[in-house]
Amino acid sequence: MTPEEEGPAPFIGRSIPRVEDDRLLRGQGRFIDDLQIEGMLEVAFLRSPVAHARIHEVDLTAAAGLPGVVAVYNAAALVGRVEPLLNSEELRIPEGIRSTIDPVVRIQPMPLLASGEVNYVGQAIAMVVAESRYLAEDALEVIDVRYDELPAVIDPEAALEEGSPRVLLEAEDNIGIHLEHGTGDVDQALRSAAVIVEDTFASQRYVPSPMECRGIVAHRDPFSGRLTVWSNTQTPHRVRGHIASCLGLPADDVHVVAVDVGGGFGQKGILVVEELLIPLVAQDLGRPVRWTEDRQENLTAGSHAREQIHHITAAADESGRLLAVRDRFVVNLGARNMVGLVVPYNSLCHLIGPYRVPNVQIEATGALTNTMFTSPYRGAGRPEATFAMERIMDRLAAKLEMEPAELRARNVVTPQEMPYQTGLLDRRGLTQQYDSGDYPEMLDRAVKMIDLPRVRTEQQKARVDGRYVGVGFAMYLEATALGPFEGAKVSVLPSGRIRIHTGAPSQGQGHRTTFVQIAADALGVEMGEIELVAGDTATIPFGVGTIASRALVTAENAIHQAAVLVRQRILDSAAELMEVDPADLEIADNQVVVKGSPGSAMSLAELMRAIPMTQGGSGRDGLSEVSYFQPPNYATSSGLHAVVVEVQPATGRVEILDYVVVHEAGRIVNPQIADAQIVGGTAQGIGGALLEHMQYDEAGQPVTSTFMDYRLPTVDTVPDIRLAEVVCPSPTNALGVKGLGEGGAVGPPAALANAVEDALSPFGVVIHSCPLTPDRLWALLRAGRATER
Amino acid sequence: MKPAPFDYRAAHSVAEAIRLLGDGDREIKVLAGGQSLLPVLNMRMGHPDVLVDICRIPELGSIDVDSQEAVHIGAAVRQAQAHADPRLRSGWPVLTEAIGHIGHPQIRNRGTVCGSLAHNDPASELPAVAVALDAELVARSQRGLRRLNAADFFDGPFSTVLEEDELLTEVVFPRQPAWSGSSFQEFSTRVGDFATAGVVVRLERAGDVVSAARLVFFGVGGSPVRVAAAEQALLDAPVTPSSTAAAVSALEEQLDPVGDIHATAAFRKELAAQLAVTGINQAWERCA
Amino acid sequence: MNEPTADLNHPQLPRRPLGPPLSEPSCWHDIRVTVNGAPVCAQVESRLLLVDFLRHRLGLTGTHVGCEQGSCGACTILVDGVGVRSCLTLAVQADGSDVRTVESLAESGELNRLQRAFHEEHGMQCGFCTPGILMSMTALEESSEVIDDDAIMEHLGGNLCRCTGYVNIRNAARRACLRERSRPVDEGADRDA
Ligand SMILES: Cc1cc2nc3c(=O)[nH]c(=O)nc-3n(C[C@H](O)[C@H](O)[C@H](O)COP(=O)(O)OP(=O)(O)OC[C@H]3O[C@@H](n4cnc5c(N)ncnc54)[C@H](O)[C@@H]3O)c2cc1C
Ligand code: FES
Ligand code: FES
Repeated sequence: MTPEEEGPAPFIGRSIPRVEDDRLLRGQGRFIDDLQIEGMLEVAFLRSPVAHARIHEVDLTAAAGLPGVVAVYNAAALVGRVEPLLNSEELRIPEGIRSTIDPVVRIQPMPLLASGEVNYVGQAIAMVVAESRYLAEDALEVIDVRYDELPAVIDPEAALEEGSPRVLLEAEDNIGIHLEHGTGDVDQALRSAAVIVEDTFASQRYVPSPMECRGIVAHRDPFSGRLTVWSNTQTPHRVRGHIASCLGLPADDVHVVAVDVGGGFGQKGILVVEELLIPLVAQDLGRPVRWTEDRQENLTAGSHAREQIHHITAAADESGRLLAVRDRFVVNLGARNMVGLVVPYNSLCHLIGPYRVPNVQIEATGALTNTMFTSPYRGAGRPEATFAMERIMDRLAAKLEMEPAELRARNVVTPQEMPYQTGLLDRRGLTQQYDSGDYPEMLDRAVKMIDLPRVRTEQQKARVDGRYVGVGFAMYLEATALGPFEGAKVSVLPSGRIRIHTGAPSQGQGHRTTFVQIAADALGVEMGEIELVAGDTATIPFGVGTIASRALVTAENAIHQAAVLVRQRILDSAAELMEVDPADLEIADNQVVVKGSPGSAMSLAELMRAIPMTQGGSGRDGLSEVSYFQPPNYATSSGLHAVVVEVQPATGRVEILDYVVVHEAGRIVNPQIADAQIVGGTAQGIGGALLEHMQYDEAGQPVTSTFMDYRLPTVDTVPDIRLAEVVCPSPTNALGVKGLGEGGAVGPPAALANAVEDALSPFGVVIHSCPLTPDRLWALLRAGRATER
Repeated sequence: MKPAPFDYRAAHSVAEAIRLLGDGDREIKVLAGGQSLLPVLNMRMGHPDVLVDICRIPELGSIDVDSQEAVHIGAAVRQAQAHADPRLRSGWPVLTEAIGHIGHPQIRNRGTVCGSLAHNDPASELPAVAVALDAELVARSQRGLRRLNAADFFDGPFSTVLEEDELLTEVVFPRQPAWSGSSFQEFSTRVGDFATAGVVVRLERAGDVVSAARLVFFGVGGSPVRVAAAEQALLDAPVTPSSTAAAVSALEEQLDPVGDIHATAAFRKELAAQLAVTGINQAWERCA
Repeated sequence: MNEPTADLNHPQLPRRPLGPPLSEPSCWHDIRVTVNGAPVCAQVESRLLLVDFLRHRLGLTGTHVGCEQGSCGACTILVDGVGVRSCLTLAVQADGSDVRTVESLAESGELNRLQRAFHEEHGMQCGFCTPGILMSMTALEESSEVIDDDAIMEHLGGNLCRCTGYVNIRNAARRACLRERSRPVDEGADRDA
């Protein structure tokens, strides 16, 4: 597939060590808080301490007078200047979904600073700009606000009940989203089913918790008058568009640069009020301004995720073949519906996953509550759906007294059925179609790797000794390569080196390595000659960003396309200068060489120098090409987690004895980096399965607002993870690649819950939600023991 | 978040430190390792006017064994320093074991033994060890010197009987008698977390029977909790499954933990009982 | 210095002198520290955290801030040879100390053995946690002749990483730090776990 069929071994598919490491290992990264600009001011926010209240008199007088304070803002200071925030891209409803499903999608724009009402703890009320963060925080302590507290609603199902207090006074009710979608006739199927299982499975609230909190620096250059914004965003071009429209500037006068980003996981992928306020302050004051979020802000006022409750029913015939799935689920949107259909619809269209289900009926409701809003986090609706589906599969297996792996084997779509249509609409509102995959093979591999028969024998033996071992599986799909497009510009520099620009920055995924591997293959030059600049809006006019497991597929295909074009231009212009046929030329060692006579060669630098001297040649305006790639369909990746655990019934402690992930993500560009993405995602999933839980008390106070209480996995939590790979190149793009960034995080809650339930089956314990902390498991065990006879 | 303004004073002698602490007009806090104080200040949950750094006082920086073979640990002694001390490891092994459960090495490199006692986090290890081993705490102020028994020192969550102007200068652990043995047991969710529940057990043995017993729990009350009824149940008999069961059944009535987001009261109680069984057996084995 | 903010509806231009926050209300101290081998004399306000001193006064931004509560380990540095949280240490407390940060590791210009192990084992993704982890492991390496797996796990236990899932971090740390007997003579020699 590479142009150099006969050439040296391609870079794609090789574990090239990362080029970005050296700088980071020396402490020479450039994260937002590392930028030093002469005269930079720091911002701190006053945030609501109550979940719901009318607010009066945000009195800034005392704050404005404190030492080092340069400016103070409240909502009144913004009146008539800026509009409330809307994530416009995320809120678009695709035509197919609108016409077929006609969903209710109500949007509540977010005021940049609260005015009149606050409706979650953490909502920004006032902003202080000072010579240092210390001084800015001093001033926060003297801002006077009067709160008239209103009833707060925290539970999403309670919020939907008739007569529930309103979360947002100006909203008509607490419904942000409602839609129903399906295929076939579920009622009919239920009537003819041999077995029906039905249960409720919930995913708890998470905080994505990148180790670097969010941050932004803005500065209006006094010479050009242009506004430069450095942000640790995953989507720089979108940020540019929003800032420009918010401040009424032409988009070309706003220059957004993504610097090194210390992890994003979705939390840095949506636009937030701070991203508009900081540029506004920089415009106002004519000085560079920075906001660095602190951990407490991140945990309480950085977007949250997951929280869904699924009431799911599955029906099968006596051999275990699925006949129907019905699911009614509620998503806790938090205080506002910030990202529209993204998460609920993602849950909906990933629910049935790899299984053949002829009759499906799904109802999704998004509830507003007086909590931080939720937005996509690694997996974005898939882990929640997978948890419901994979739990009900195990309940079904239990009812049928069938090995859970066997039940799955009987229901997975086979490669022969690919491309497979589910009968549902995908996120674009088009017919949902899985492009490729081999689910039976994945199951086979996982069962062999964990040695299921041996585990079952040991499980029996262990029980005799009073030890409880269990095994769990979770399968899922991931529609990757979200559109609409990504762009790349590939240029030969005067020195003969190559530079690539793209809109998709890296938050640790190693784009500087993988993207360059693709370009090196397409161009036929060494990787060392190529560098990548990602996420700088001045260098490529349009872009989308690194979200939704899309960057690799969309940006790499754009880079591939542009690089192929540049290669042709190099050959054409060299052919003109060397007066040979382009077909007789090749690129080797950064030189254009006449095939078979290595003596006649021209370096890329020489070629570049010759271009301005040549009239009307193919090199006209240099050797540079921009290309945009629009994925024609989703590339469907898949994964299967198989885990063996031992649970101590006395303490509820779970120990992972073996963890296997079999994944399929098309052609792999860099196996080492891909494996690490999967392991990293899996660790986040394990965190949610065993530890992580963002909690509020009844009054809406967040109670897990530090890392002491919001418990992330540590080095002791995550076991070694054994990986295996199945490869089904995607037919949707020239490289055959699929995305895989999110996948690892999808499987663990379901796999671990299944394994723990299996281990504790002698106690009759049923797992309805995570995290599986000692405390929660012990309580379940105690309840189980109490009902045991 | 960043701390609110305060003034910092480094004391170079105990006399200077207690003089600084004696200024009654301002809110003054002792700064030892800072591993509990600074998180509080960084979150702006405390607004002291002055911090008095006591870690530069040479006389507080050592671990000494006196003629009675009691060990004195000065207020500037870091937890890591105590953890590595071979005399403590052999003479007061539960203290070493307990310190090993405090946070992580990087925390113990700065946190002090006495700071942990003065702070009295309900889930912290060292206050329970101090009570179980009958430690004595020495407090000094311009008004004089007080020697306090550990049993009387801790008086509620994050609270001790130390007055505002008093400096805890050292903690003294008496020599552990022959034929005694102790055990430290803790359950926490992740390695390094504060305890969900824990216990320090100390037994003395006369012939074949237990002649003295201490059961001190942490993480299950506002302060270290000593359960006399359980101790009583172990006396004058060898440790057997039935004597441990009797001791544990006393816990049911005597322990009254609070539940929080990490563990319900019932779970803490259950863990305390399980840990007590292990602890009693280990302490008994160590009675030699 | 303390004039109140002008009319908020009208953008204002700088009117005050730029520079460090000399309007700081708490008292200042003169400190002397050695930072990565270089003597530093500086004036710091009482409340300035050591991590902010390093990052924002000395420009050594390799040490990161992840929580300011002692619980993430991103700010781990060496003070007098032992690993400490620079977010739970005041700059003034470091007076007279020897401070080392991640910037000191590649002394010769080349990455050292520990850094190379993290590169080779792909023990990092975003790299935000990496400096803290390198310093925790440096402290361990220098503290003890014999380093077993338990010691490695204990010293990594207080460093959070959200990207890697720790597997490759463990592998890198083992590769660089495990040693059953005394320190190898050849510092450059890699050894596998
Ligand atoms: C991430 C993390 C994890 C931790 N995990 C644990 C754990 O598992 N178990 C545990 O027990 N602790 C834990 N700690 C706390 C740690 O042990 C502290 O070091 C200890 O609680 C306080 O000791 P310090 O020397 O740091 O005291 P400081 O923080 O300096 O002081 C604490 C309080 O005690 C007062 N004080 C200190 N010394 C004296 C004195 N000599 N006289 C009078 N008053 C004094 C101070 O004024 C202050 O109010 C953890 C801390 C962190 C940051
Ligand atoms: S920033 Fe210091 S431990 Fe997190
Ligand atoms: S590499 Fe990103 S936090 Fe560790």
